[in-house]
Amino acid sequence: MSPLFRLRAQVLGVGVVVTILGFTGLAASQSPAILPAQSTWALTATGLLSQPIADSTPDAAQLRRGQYLVAAGDCMSCHLRDGGQPLAGGLRLNTPFGVIYSANITSDTQTGIGAWTNDQFYHAMHDGIGMHGENLYPAFPYPWFRRVSRDDVDAIFAFLKSTPAVNYTPPANDLPFPLSIRSMVKGWNMFFFNSRDFQADPRQSGEWNRGAYLVNGLGHCGGCHTPKNALGADRSSQELYGARLDNWVAPDLTGNDRTGLGGWSIDDVAEYLRNGRNTHAGAGGAMADVVTYSTSLMSDEDRRAMAVYLKSQTVSPSVSHQQPDSGAMRRGAAIYSDACASCHLEDGVGQPRLFPPLGHNAMLQQADATGLEHLVLAGGRIGTSASRPSPLTMPSFAWKLSDSEIADVTTYLRNSWGNLASAVSVAEVHDVRHRLGLQATQLTVNSGDQN
Amino acid sequence: MAAAAIHDGELGAPAQTFRGSVPWREGTADVPPGVSGPGYVYFEPAEAAFIEAAVGRLIPNDQVGPGAIEAGVPFFLDRQLAGPFGRGDHYYLGGPWPKGTPEQGYQSRFSPAQLYRAAIAAIDSYVGATFDRAVFSKLATDEQDKVLKGLESGEIGLDGGVDARSFFAMLLQNTKEGYFSDPIYGGNRDMAAWKMIGFPGAHYDYKEWVSRHGERVPYPPVGLKGRPGWTQS
Amino acid sequence: MDAELTVTTTLKPVDAVLVGFGWTGAIMGQQLCDAGLNVVALERGPWRDTATDFATGFAQDELRYMWRHHLFQNVAYDTLTIRNNTSQQALPMRRLGAFLLGTGVGSGGVHWNGQIWRFLPSDFVTRSHNQQRYGQKAVSDYDLTVQDWGVTYGDLEPYYDQFDKLCGTSGKAGNLNGDIQPGGNPFEGPRSSEYPTPPMVQTYAPTLFGQAAAGLGHHPFPHPTGNLSESYVNPLGAQLGACTYCGFCEKFGCGNYSKASPQTTVLPYLMAKPNFTLKTECEVLRVELTPDGKRSTGVTYVNSAGEEFFQPAEIVILSAYVLQNVRLLLLSGIGKPYDPGTGEGVVGKNYAYQTMSSVNVFFDDKILNPFIGAGALATVIDDFNGDNFDHSGLGFIGGAYIAGMVTGGRPIEMIYTPDGTPAWGLEWKHAAAKNYLRSFSISVHGSCMSHRGNYLDLDPTYRDVHGRPMLRMTFDFTDNEHKMSDYLTDRAAEVARAMNPREIRLNRRTGSFNVTPYQTTHNTGGAIMGDNPSDSVVNKYLQCWDVPNVFSMGAGAFPQNAGYNPTGTVAALTYHAAHEITTRYLKNPGPLVQ
Repeated sequence: MSPLFRLRAQVLGVGVVVTILGFTGLAASQSPAILPAQSTWALTATGLLSQPIADSTPDAAQLRRGQYLVAAGDCMSCHLRDGGQPLAGGLRLNTPFGVIYSANITSDTQTGIGAWTNDQFYHAMHDGIGMHGENLYPAFPYPWFRRVSRDDVDAIFAFLKSTPAVNYTPPANDLPFPLSIRSMVKGWNMFFFNSRDFQADPRQSGEWNRGAYLVNGLGHCGGCHTPKNALGADRSSQELYGARLDNWVAPDLTGNDRTGLGGWSIDDVAEYLRNGRNTHAGAGGAMADVVTYSTSLMSDEDRRAMAVYLKSQTVSPSVSHQQPDSGAMRRGAAIYSDACASCHLEDGVGQPRLFPPLGHNAMLQQADATGLEHLVLAGGRIGTSASRPSPLTMPSFAWKLSDSEIADVTTYLRNSWGNLASAVSVAEVHDVRHRLGLQATQLTVNSGDQN
Repeated sequence: MAAAAIHDGELGAPAQTFRGSVPWREGTADVPPGVSGPGYVYFEPAEAAFIEAAVGRLIPNDQVGPGAIEAGVPFFLDRQLAGPFGRGDHYYLGGPWPKGTPEQGYQSRFSPAQLYRAAIAAIDSYVGATFDRAVFSKLATDEQDKVLKGLESGEIGLDGGVDARSFFAMLLQNTKEGYFSDPIYGGNRDMAAWKMIGFPGAHYDYKEWVSRHGERVPYPPVGLKGRPGWTQS
Repeated sequence: MDAELTVTTTLKPVDAVLVGFGWTGAIMGQQLCDAGLNVVALERGPWRDTATDFATGFAQDELRYMWRHHLFQNVAYDTLTIRNNTSQQALPMRRLGAFLLGTGVGSGGVHWNGQIWRFLPSDFVTRSHNQQRYGQKAVSDYDLTVQDWGVTYGDLEPYYDQFDKLCGTSGKAGNLNGDIQPGGNPFEGPRSSEYPTPPMVQTYAPTLFGQAAAGLGHHPFPHPTGNLSESYVNPLGAQLGACTYCGFCEKFGCGNYSKASPQTTVLPYLMAKPNFTLKTECEVLRVELTPDGKRSTGVTYVNSAGEEFFQPAEIVILSAYVLQNVRLLLLSGIGKPYDPGTGEGVVGKNYAYQTMSSVNVFFDDKILNPFIGAGALATVIDDFNGDNFDHSGLGFIGGAYIAGMVTGGRPIEMIYTPDGTPAWGLEWKHAAAKNYLRSFSISVHGSCMSHRGNYLDLDPTYRDVHGRPMLRMTFDFTDNEHKMSDYLTDRAAEVARAMNPREIRLNRRTGSFNVTPYQTTHNTGGAIMGDNPSDSVVNKYLQCWDVPNVFSMGAGAFPQNAGYNPTGTVAALTYHAAHEITTRYLKNPGPLVQ
């Protein structure tokens, strides 16, 4: 047995026994069992967030609330690495300042939060201070979590303490000096950690206030959707205007008709949060995980409250643009018809809830085209949920289209069927391709017919 | 564990275990194995002479459409025989090797590349013995046609363990493949064979044309790597 | 590898192991996981999915997929031997030809056409029905060995319906609960509900075919299809799109989620289940039995690194292709092998196929645009299928559907030239240029009855890479099939002539079965079902009579093959078996039919 297999077998929790061929027939039971006989299996991430909690469990009500809030806070997206156990952390976060690995927040007493107290956990959520008084890096979104009520934080903590303990220590962060000194964060906090506990606005409805609590608190939507300054803090005057993040663009969530949610109804927003897809768009990039591990697991009421709040945002200013080059538009139209119409159909009408229609499409018209270039180069997958499990995926075109072809087709997309946005340059496509490491072809396990 | 070569089939790709979700990785694609580079890498000069003569008779050039030469078929064949197809990567070549009945199909020990090599030598040897010129490529075109017809019908027997009909069937099939396949494989140059018949190639959406009975579809032929309209300034 | 040195790793037991992961594996996996069982699927090919392995950017590649077999089983590693009769030596199928076997996740469900049919009620009682109507001779002439299935159309109807709803099948019902519906197939068995989505829109050629057929008094209708006419959400929540008629469907994977496949209909749901595990590049070598041979303990498999494992399981589901399932039964010693000399034994018995012919139609004045196509884009008549017509005096049983069908216009494979055109040279090229846009093919999709001399067993000479004997196929068309096919090809020619073309070309089914030209991947029989262990391998729930915790899925269960594509019936049998396993077997594991 190879070490590789041993490792994999352990990861899957498979008990391994070596026997000699010929013994095998005797190793198993001789008589039929009532089935299912092997009913224990590993918990999946969504399973942990959605499995029923029995009434007989002590503090069942608080645990259920905590389970719900862990979903609402999208804890799983960051505290789950590829191939790892739910909430055990270790996900590599590429921040503009260096690499940070998410923490283990399972109940493990050595490597997780099992030994923490309620107060310590609240201190972390509210103030960004760890168990030993150390400053946490603001990749952990405590500036948003500060707005979460003490009761909610306690419920979250109670649920986390009930999760299966996973003994796992994430890799050390890789931050350049002086950011590697945690106390530097104190200075950052002094300048930028200015959020306050949540205050309801008595002029607004209860639904709106609930939405505001979720969007600006646990949901920490601005963590991705609000532009950041050079030190990674929110530009508070541009809340939810959309921002670049890890070679994607978290789009404008204000009511802007071209780049934001202007063309979406409250129901459209709620449907998107529930299913990761609606008649306008599909949730790709980091938003795919947000749908899977967070918004799809929330209640209809809370999704609607978030939609109501988002639809009330101040509209971001429109960006001016220039008429695109007619050659680029002509070439882009040719490429579109041959390479894109297979799913989005001639005239960009798309297939609702499957392949987004491209006319009047906000994602296409973001001022920053990085996300669109990323999507065409690398492909993108829509987040799944129990109600809509199909992980509809746009294929990668990195192997098929050159940088200039991608510049032409994306320019065409950004300026057709009612869309208006700046042209895409060959140089920016080239940059994104290199940042994504897609200069060379990335094959699949099927690709055995290469010479 | 030995480093398993990736493989397009049953055995060879690493064993994998999937649980909990449908896997996917950004940027991955089972990209088609297009060919590149100048000149022949498999054919020896004498073989190239035979191939260029033979495929030119199988699909001659005229004003209706390109011939196999004009479509780049010899180059296509060369790259096919130099690659996995030539090695017989999807052929079972284990023994024993009785001839079998015609219904039992291909029963040679040769991989396609080996068959071409052996058959071309055997045909030139037959030509040398039968005509007063040494090799097939030097025959007049009507003589070449006669030899090809003899191979097709099996009336010409070949030495070297080569079944003439098997080879002819493979050569004709591969020639048509080179003529009509996507240009990334080196044949169907300028998509001229597709233009000749009116095939739009790798276009994917005809939804608007399904019920437009009897109309000409206006899409120009496109290959997997595009068409001139993608890059014209 | 030396057997003494082989180390087999015993894995943690599971409730059920699936051997092969195409349509039947996916459906059974979903059903068993929903019942709470811990299920492991072992697939000998690789993982495959839409956007990475048959994406719209490269799926339209005739050379790579059709001619270089990129998605198919690689015969270099596993093939079978074939002969027409027992007097010949069987020789390996050295290159795929007559049929194109699948491999990998989704397997044939990835590269099928999406033709979704139900067999006729009379097809399930081939022997008793024909005997009653035409006499004993009709079912025993030519050494036919046709049997009744032990299951009826009525038994299967709910499960046919379940598969239609899984796929979102596009079509028009012809018989809703006994009421004949205009526009549908009036000969079909009664359906409990209309198709989930409306029929596809027909292109020019199928439309002309339908008009001509109607003019002759036949009953044309749109082919039922898993190439969807509109977007659809199935009961598992999985989504399919509307087909764009790209013409690269059968033999290809669908790039835009519009063809029903395990990938589009089941996997999004099943892969998320915590009690489901899929292992790829793992080939099952044999089903292990207790020393008395009456119960399976699990399966032994080898992965692509050559490591061998024993996977203990309470239930073993053979969900590979027909030819693999039968071979595993033979290799594992489950059931008595069939002997054509004595007629004794059952495993391998009644191997059958499909009897295909066609008529090409050539116009001067009509542009047909054959490249606008889909795997099941056709107008069909069923007037001459099964026992939908009087066979008195015809000298055969069975029949075929006749379809004006345009699956695509892929030019290496699908250029039709008139009778007398040479296969090469200027004349061929001119014929290709002239006729490509103006011709199409009417296909005749015929039944294949079972015959005493047609069977599967293990080859005495040739072995696979694991050292196991290859499967040996002994098969030829009988006079029953030749007569049926000639009669049906003549009917197709009548429709063709009624279209007023310039000319037609008849491609009759002549001579012996030939392994080279592609015909169809509808291999059936060898693990046949029935109501008694003396003449069948499995009972009506696909449970092996001899080893009741082994179930054998697929068309191997067909006692003979009807004139339809098998997948609809294969899926219905799978759901039928799954229902019985989950409702009865789990509570009381043992024989489901005494």
